[in-house]
Amino acid sequence: MNTQQVIFLVLSAISLASAMGVILSKNPVTSVLCLILTFFTIAGHYVMLNAQFLAVVHIIVYAGAIMVLFLFVIMLMNLNADVEPQKRNWLKYAGAISGGTLLVILVAALRDASMPSLQSGSTDIGLIANLGKTLFHQYVVPFEISSVLFLSAMVGAVVIGKKE
Amino acid sequence: MPVQYYIFLSIALFCIGIMGVLMRRNAIIIFMCIELLLNAVNLLLVAFSKMWADAGRIDAAAAQIFVFFIMVVAAAEVAVGLAIIVMVYRNTHSVDINILNRLKN
Repeated sequence: MNTQQVIFLVLSAISLASAMGVILSKNPVTSVLCLILTFFTIAGHYVMLNAQFLAVVHIIVYAGAIMVLFLFVIMLMNLNADVEPQKRNWLKYAGAISGGTLLVILVAALRDASMPSLQSGSTDIGLIANLGKTLFHQYVVPFEISSVLFLSAMVGAVVIGKKE
Repeated sequence: MPVQYYIFLSIALFCIGIMGVLMRRNAIIIFMCIELLLNAVNLLLVAFSKMWADAGRIDAAAAQIFVFFIMVVAAAEVAVGLAIIVMVYRNTHSVDINILNRLKN
């Protein structure tokens, strides 16, 4: 077992454990912190897969912007474990069983698939020069459309959040 | 390292997200689980990008551009969705999604 596999196993264990923490913790703030930990481990996976720019963007956008937004909203609402809505127990078990069934089915379907293994050498495909060239040559129209999407999302959030 | 490892990790994260969406009733937790689902898919796309880059394809960066756009759409979605949740909380003083079934009538 080489170093890469050891790093992969450690990162995977942390990300799976903290993902379970997201759905199992009673306090929403704990859930947010567990989700931030999950995002950091996913960024570590990105670095190992030679997607360095995506790892940095992932940390900035998710851990830096989106999760802070979640944290702000949770603290604005003053939610804690006491007001956490409780679901009936059999519904929880039904959700867990259906999720586990999906896991078993997907793993069983893909267990025997033959795929090439990843080389350990580094490629420059995830560097910002390469990605920028691809983005602004082949994908410039979706890029501009996404700016329109952002503008409409901003206007929509302001209009919805405004007190009437 | 086989690419199956990443596939199984993504499947596990995806199923944890599905379980969270089905099990919890807090609207914010459900929203966070949707982010988890998107990230599982992103991880899979990056793993396949590396697989294609190892196979010598020059257009393997397209998968990472796709992940980039998923992040963009997720950010826009979070902005609007959290605004909706705040508005629901302002009107009902709760984020329990069961209260929202009054939309049926």
